Amino acid sequence: MSIILDGETRVLVQGATGAEARRLIPTMQDYGTNIVAGVSPGKGGERVCGVSVYSTVAAALREHEADLSVLFIPARYSRDAALEAIDSGVPAVNVLAEGIPHHDACEVLTRAKEAGTLVIGPNSQGMMSPGKAKVGGTGGEVPDLMFTPGPVGVVSRSGGMGAELSMALTRAGIGQSTYIAIGGDLLVGADFVEILGRFEKDPETECVVMFGEPGTAREDQAAEFIASGGFTKPVVAMIPGEFMENMETPATQSHTGALIERGVGAPSRKKRLLREAGVHVAERFTEIVPLVRKALGKS
Amino acid sequence: MNIHEYQGKELFQKYGVTVPRGRVADTPEEAEAIAKELGGAVVVKAQIHAGGRGKGGGVKLAKDPAEAKQVASQIIGMTLVTHQTGPEGRLVKKVLVEEASDIANELYLSIVLDRATGRPVIMASTEGGMDIEEVAAKTPEKLHKIPVDPAIGIWPSTARRIAYGLGLSGDQVKDGAKFVANLYKFYDEMDCSLLEINPLVQTKDGRVFALDAKVNFDDNALYRHKDVMEMRDIDEEDPLEVEASKYNLNYIKLDGEVACMVNGAGLAMATMDIIKLTGASPANFLDVGGGANQEMVENAFRILMSDKGVKAVLINIFGGILRCDVLAEGVVAAVKNVNVNVPIVIRMEGTNVEQGREILENSGLDFTVGDGMADAAEKVVAALGR
Repeated sequence: MSIILDGETRVLVQGATGAEARRLIPTMQDYGTNIVAGVSPGKGGERVCGVSVYSTVAAALREHEADLSVLFIPARYSRDAALEAIDSGVPAVNVLAEGIPHHDACEVLTRAKEAGTLVIGPNSQGMMSPGKAKVGGTGGEVPDLMFTPGPVGVVSRSGGMGAELSMALTRAGIGQSTYIAIGGDLLVGADFVEILGRFEKDPETECVVMFGEPGTAREDQAAEFIASGGFTKPVVAMIPGEFMENMETPATQSHTGALIERGVGAPSRKKRLLREAGVHVAERFTEIVPLVRKALGKS
Repeated sequence: MNIHEYQGKELFQKYGVTVPRGRVADTPEEAEAIAKELGGAVVVKAQIHAGGRGKGGGVKLAKDPAEAKQVASQIIGMTLVTHQTGPEGRLVKKVLVEEASDIANELYLSIVLDRATGRPVIMASTEGGMDIEEVAAKTPEKLHKIPVDPAIGIWPSTARRIAYGLGLSGDQVKDGAKFVANLYKFYDEMDCSLLEINPLVQTKDGRVFALDAKVNFDDNALYRHKDVMEMRDIDEEDPLEVEASKYNLNYIKLDGEVACMVNGAGLAMATMDIIKLTGASPANFLDVGGGANQEMVENAFRILMSDKGVKAVLINIFGGILRCDVLAEGVVAAVKNVNVNVPIVIRMEGTNVEQGREILENSGLDFTVGDGMADAAEKVVAALGR
């Protein structure tokens, strides 16, 4: 099995006529993603890679049912597109753009919470359920190089590192159930707790690897969730950026979430809390695969 | 993005957020003229972005215009060192001259985005003028936190509740509530990431205004605020970081000797950690981004090489969406165009990695190729020749 996304998931593509979507729709289709329709304002009636395009989400939903909408929409228009999907009743939205204004994200996430919509992102590289489906840029042009089906759930704030650690697992002969890039921004929808909760219920996920970052209390909350019995399978975690703790001015970086504020958000604190919750914490990237192997009982 | 105090106060006035009477001056003569206009005693405040100005000698009281001119002549042109500027300090170019107020009470008011709930939160306290974290730790009951629904904003009753929370009474409740409502409007419309008024003062003659203001704008939203963008003062920023921002490179200068060129913020942080664990120090954070092309890599090399502390370069690339061969071609062309006179170690992984490595090997350039992150870090530390 997998979480959130599989071969049956009916996917809507917002911004379907844009260059990024035109480049990535074929890679998603080839991988098995069930794309049911596209949306681009003013482009209703067009077709992209065999997919019918509508001018509004509502128009698309009159002809098709959708479980998930993926937004190939530039940062400054993502608020509008996400709100349109939420208000039209799409149950899950994956926001890919990097650099969305914080106030926009705040409004989208508030509306999503009220409507009960699952938001993945913003600043997410997408999702992948190996052998079944992928959305977003995850996996690039040769997804089989990085991903293969198997028992490990992967969740990462960094899109690049989530893909890279999946590749390291694949090379070691260990497959993944689902990979979710939750997004590198300060404010994101689904957090580690939300994703861990879903992996807990997925019988095929035997172990989870989580890749965190400095800033926010997201890893602290995951540690609390695990410690309180919300997630009972083995977890391997890596949180880079301890080096930054000794710097006078906190580095902001392109992941706005990676802001170390007033002690909370420091990687050393996150790693301590996760260890106390029984998580296997990797200090170096190369330790991840051996730790996963051990967790799976394949030492 | 940060702006100066005087700029923040100018913007505040447009929104009806009350501030002391005053203006900015570039010269002691101007400071004198402003003091004359204001009448009575004035405060002369150095305008730099860093905090702790008062302790560093950048804020002075003057009883008359002649003294205002005299203290302004001391402050303008001084290199002000505070706990936030670093030992090199900042050159003061302007001073804000304001009426000195008869303060009855110092209060605290701020609006921030709460990461945990994903909503703006207004924080109010009667304990202004001091370190608010201390208030939060020692007397949490004195710090009121009011979450706001971003889609709705605040109601007059919310603003009144906050005014009462600030300990205001009588006619000042109305002024205080108006202040809170206008400040929230400013936060909302101007895309602030943080607004902190510490202290918010209540004067003996019954006025309420912002004595100091910390205003941070969300960089992602600056495209909506051309007027704020024009307030940028690049003298307050690191010159190399200003250069990097022209090319959309995410660069932060550090003090180490190993320059890092990496695509992706997560990988960059992991790279910096492993350099440290291997026994050296990173010279910078640099994320060339997911769509790094030759031009970006070339510009990145120019910036890295203009840091005289750099003794070696570590390039760490993961071709997750972009292909390694495309990235390798960019790196080779960039190194040929930029004079790189220190050892370069490259670690590359991802789509088309074999073709990428071949391009590096056949380039005729002197690259050391690392096999994995740990190996690359060891090689770059070895290249430092220690």
